[in-house]
Amino acid sequence: MRRRLIFVLPALVFLALAAAFYAGLDRDPQLVPSALIGKPVPQFALPALLDGNDGLKTADLKGKVVLVNVFASWCVPCRAEHPLLMRLAKEGVELDGINYKDKPEDAKLWLTNLGDPYKRIGCDLEGTVGIDWGVYGVPETFVIDRAGTIRFKQVGPLTPDVINDTIVPLVRKLSK
Amino acid sequence: MMRLLAFQLVVLLALLASPVLAVQPSEMLADPKLEARARSISEELRCLVCQNQSIDESDADLAHDLRVLLRARLLAGDSDAQAIKYIVDRYGQFVLLKPPVEPATYALWLSPLLLVLFGAAGIAVYLRRRRAQLEPAALSAAEEAELKRLIEEGGP
Repeated sequence: MRRRLIFVLPALVFLALAAAFYAGLDRDPQLVPSALIGKPVPQFALPALLDGNDGLKTADLKGKVVLVNVFASWCVPCRAEHPLLMRLAKEGVELDGINYKDKPEDAKLWLTNLGDPYKRIGCDLEGTVGIDWGVYGVPETFVIDRAGTIRFKQVGPLTPDVINDTIVPLVRKLSK
Repeated sequence: MMRLLAFQLVVLLALLASPVLAVQPSEMLADPKLEARARSISEELRCLVCQNQSIDESDADLAHDLRVLLRARLLAGDSDAQAIKYIVDRYGQFVLLKPPVEPATYALWLSPLLLVLFGAAGIAVYLRRRRAQLEPAALSAAEEAELKRLIEEGGP
């Protein structure tokens, strides 16, 4: 009996490893688990991108469910996700923007050409507020609940799947 | 003469050249002690854009921003641990190139030790078995009797 176990053991170890590697196939090694999920929004205050607006600060993100999108005109994937942001805004989801390390004139042109889905936009010229938010790859999108806690973070462009399967249900659940 | 001078110049310049560094002179702190601390900390922090380089080696924009931020923290009087915590609070444990020993990383730190223990146990079992095989088996009763008979009779 013990003899046989010794022969079976390597096969079992192989199967366990194969299962672990198979499960890992679909995982994106570039994705970093956010340190900020479940934590309050960082303390920050950014000047407005557009004249006549208020900019964006921590207090603006309390009391309602809101999406914060980090974008820049130089960022190609941002352009790809922009129509989806427009759709979300049209559906009544509140969306605020952080314009990350961008030239304000470029960002304004971007909004003129592609449409402006944001309620407020803060200018993060130096990227320091981006660091406070743990941003490492623009675009990033955060879901903030009523208490001002970060509940979800999407790194990279939003896709219809992420919006339909994750963001919209989460916003709906948090809004209840 | 000119040629020799030119040659000497080339040799001199080659000796002066240092490896290309991501850290730009404009980023460096005036205080060499503080700058040395910043360098040693940033060698331990992962660049989140390239992921297998430290922020000290990386030319990525974010790595530059983090180097500047780290130096600002040190200038503001942070200890090394405080400055590291500041960045870990924002980007998570993942930025530490050397993972800390904590429940989530026990498997990582202890598995080499377990492998050594398994190997040692395997070797011990093998050696014991081999010794058992090498030791000659005891004589059977018939062989014993034959031997006694041979000795007593003084030859075959």
